[in-house]
Order: sequence, then C-alpha cells, then structure tokens
Amino acid sequence: MNIENIKSQFPIFLKKINGKQLVYLDSSNSSQKPISVIDRLNNFYKNEFSNIGRSIHSLSVSATNKFDETRISVKNFINADSKDEIIFTKNATESINLVASTFGQQNIEKGDEILITELEHHSNYVPWNYLRENKGAIIKFAPINDDGDIIISDFEKLINSKTKIIAITHLSNVTGTIVPVKEIIDIAHKKNIPVLVDGCQSAPHIKIDVKDLDCDFYAISGHKVYGPTGVGILYGKKKWLEKLPPYIGGGGMIQEVKKDRISYANLPEKYEAGTMATAEVVAFNESIKFMQSIGIENLINHERELTNYALEKLKSINSVKIIGNPKNKAGVISFTIKGVHPHDIATILDEDGVAIRAGHHCCQILHERLNLTASARASFGVYNTKEDVDILCKTIENCRKVFDLK
Amino acid sequence: MDLKELYQDIILEHGKNPRNFGKCVGHNHEAKGYNPLCGDQVKVYLKLNENKNVEGITFEGSGCAISMASTSIMTELVKGKSFETAKKIVDEFLNMIKSGSEVKAKDLDEDQKIKIMSLSGVKKYPMRVKCATLSWHTLISALNGKKKEINTEKVDS
Repeated sequence: MNIENIKSQFPIFLKKINGKQLVYLDSSNSSQKPISVIDRLNNFYKNEFSNIGRSIHSLSVSATNKFDETRISVKNFINADSKDEIIFTKNATESINLVASTFGQQNIEKGDEILITELEHHSNYVPWNYLRENKGAIIKFAPINDDGDIIISDFEKLINSKTKIIAITHLSNVTGTIVPVKEIIDIAHKKNIPVLVDGCQSAPHIKIDVKDLDCDFYAISGHKVYGPTGVGILYGKKKWLEKLPPYIGGGGMIQEVKKDRISYANLPEKYEAGTMATAEVVAFNESIKFMQSIGIENLINHERELTNYALEKLKSINSVKIIGNPKNKAGVISFTIKGVHPHDIATILDEDGVAIRAGHHCCQILHERLNLTASARASFGVYNTKEDVDILCKTIENCRKVFDLK
Repeated sequence: MDLKELYQDIILEHGKNPRNFGKCVGHNHEAKGYNPLCGDQVKVYLKLNENKNVEGITFEGSGCAISMASTSIMTELVKGKSFETAKKIVDEFLNMIKSGSEVKAKDLDEDQKIKIMSLSGVKKYPMRVKCATLSWHTLISALNGKKKEINTEKVDS
C-alpha cells in the first residue's frame, strides 16, 4: 500500500498549521475527509440536489436512489442481512439514544439492570442514565483491569435475571482496547440478553461483521469513517426494529395519519423522521468506497505497524507514561507526561502543527478508574505515517524543554 | 505566536510551586470551581476579617500549568486587600484576558503588576482562557459567600 498516495487524497494536508506541516493525530475524535467525499458532497448540491422520497420529479427520484445506494453499501460493509436493518441517524450518539429510549420504553421496569463497562464513552452511558432517572433502572459497570481489558469473569458475574440489556464498546477511545465483543455476546445470548455494540471507534479500524458477531444493535458515526458529519448508522436486527416503538415522530415515518390514530411506516423509514442529511448520506457512500479501495486488511496492518512503532518510540522517552496495555490494541494511544498537564502538552504540540486531544475524552468514569483527571491522546488514521510519529516524539521533547524537565 | 509568551518563567515557576496551596486555617468563605471540559477542579478558601479584608486565602485543586499559576498568582494579589479592592482586581484580570484591556492595577505594587501581566498571553489562546479564569470566577463566588459550584460552561468565561 502506498501511503503517500493515500495522504495525497486528503486536501487538508496541504494546509499549514502555525506555519508547519499538519500532523493530524486526532482521528478518534473525527477523521479527515478524502477528496472523493468532499467532491461528492459538492457535486450533489451543485447538480443533483432534491429532497428524497417525497416527490415524483426526476431529481427526487434520482436523489432517493442515491440515498438508498448508500444504505446498501453500508449493509454490505458491515455484512447485515437486509438493508431494512440499516437506519440513518445523526451520529452514533443518536443511534444509542434511539435504542436506549425505545428499548427502555418497552422493556425496562423499576429495578431492571443495564450492564455497561468502565471503558464506555459518555455516549454509551448518558442515554442509559435517562432510564435510571425516569424508570428506576440500575446501571452496572463491568470492571477493567489496569491494562484496560475487561475482566470477562467479573462481567459474567454481573449478569443476572434482572439484566435486560448489555451495552459495550467495541474499541476504547482512550486505551485503544479491542474488546472481545463476540465472546461477550455469546455469554449474553445464552441468557437471552440483547447486546448493543458501540462501534464508533471500531468502524474505521477493524473489520465489522454484524452477522458473525450476532450483535443485536451496532452504532457507527460516519464522520469517524472518513465521511461527512451528520451521518450516523444504527444497525439493528429486524426482529428488534420491527418490535420496538418509533423514536422521533414526523414526516416520512408514517403510513397513515388520521385524527384519531396514526400508523407508522415500515423499516427503515419508521426510524427516519423528517428531512435527513441527504447529501451527507449520499457522500458517505464514497467513504465506504474509499475504505474498500484500501482494503480493510491493509488498513489494519498499516495502523498496527504504526501503533507498534509509536508505542516503542514513546516508551523510550523519559517521563512519558502510556495509559493501558490491552491484549489487543488499535491505533489509539493515550499518555501522560510527568510534570506536564495534558492541556499544556496539547498547546505546545499545536504550536508545531501536531493535533492531539487532551482532556478526559468523554470518559470520566475510565479516567477515574485509572486515577487520572485527564490524559493526552494521539490517534491514527489511514493517512498517518511514521514521520508523523517522529514529529510527535520530537514535539514531546519540546514539551520537556519548555517545562525544563530532566 | 510564541510559546514563551504563554509559558513565561513566572507562570512555569508558579505552576510548579503554587503559593498558598492547601486548606486555610480558620477560613469562613469557600467556593468550588469546575471545568467540565477537562475535569479541572479548584477550591478557594477565604478568611475575611470583621472589616471584610482578605486576611487569608488558599486553594486546593489540580490542573494545567496555566490554571495552577493563575490561581497561585491570584492568591498573592488579593491577600491583604479589602473586599472591594479584591473584586476590582478580579474584574481587571478578567477584562484583560477576555478583551485585552489594559490593567491599571492602582492597588498592585510593581512586582504584582508583573505577575498579573504574565498571564496576558493567555488571551491569544482562546481554548486556554477558561484554564486561567476558573479560579478567579471561583474567588468571586467565595467573596460573595456563595457555596455554589462555579462551572466554566455556565459563566461567560
């Protein structure tokens, strides 16, 4: 794989930051976009725009078809059974909220338990908190060890007859832990408990096969998979999506509207009320094509090589501490520097054009578990190179210099 | 932008060795500050005497060099000042950081002026303004006798 060729597909890298070449290490937050996605968005607005599904005219018919093509691409990308199992949302957060709200309405009573883990992003905790507040549900956290791995035996012990749903991340946005979700889903299904997988971080980094995982729900954010903002995906097994009540009400999700009753549309429209992010969904098809053009295996190998290279280099710098040491790790590296607060690290690195994230990365529970208030995080995308890692390490040395560390 | 403008020696030194750190003996006012974006927390303890002068001021908390230095310097500047003067200093500081207005600081000596000015570089780093201002908002809250927590996302920087 020619990585230079891939980087050249991302126009953002022509831009200078503070006069320096951009070293973008914040892809876990959001990835940059290839020119094909940007052009598709532009062209759609320029030449093809219309709302979908509502009008008879040619533009609308064509836009509706394009919108649907993305749905089919997503279905193939994650190996779902049917395109009716693919719901477009705003982002993974909305996808999880959709499930928490509709599943909760139908299946959660006072005292029922929801099992999540200490690794979760706030977006896979806060939506369940509403059920704790409004329905008296209990939220339990499966513990992790100091390496950042979920302790499966402890996880199993937390499942009981009150457990109604399990919601777990596929890949931690702090430690980079690749969670053995298949194993967890097997355990859960033996006890007839459905599982939602937060695939926000995994989608750009590992192969996703919802049929193989046998998950009940899978949430993805398009903007982390080299796609536009405003596109999220909820995969749900048909048996669930058909059974659960609708979420947001409005145009497009109804079958018949009378003064005394309303009936709802079939899948997937049942969950797609109002005008969708039409152009963004259409352009998201190009993101999937981009991923496929690289080949998921190539992408995994490239990021693994880069991660190992970075870990080795970072570990050799005095006073840098890597957070977690999971068995399986993707290209997400959180770290601290003794004597320099993560916010100061981020400011100093930015001066050299190096974009990282600093803070708790929407994972306060995990930071508390690891006795941290904040950390710095470098996360990779397909466009990153070993040279980026070298520049990162050099700027970390600069932090040490500014702060006069020995 | 020059990093040295932000990370001046005074700031680095105060960040490493914050003054007036810890609990204040006999404090009669206190307030908590919290920045939900980064998780930084600060607690300001005040001892106001019968004439409402700041007899003692200390703080506890953790944060970046900017926030620790800003808080440390703040405690040095308002210690021994009257209630009204302390409030005036806070106002001047916040205006300097937010709109770059000049600090007249009639109530500060030369050394204190240098210290407050050392924080002026922060205004060029909008994402860091809250790091510098959190404790100052918290001080106002403590001066007003509030027990309420100050949240950087709920105040106007």
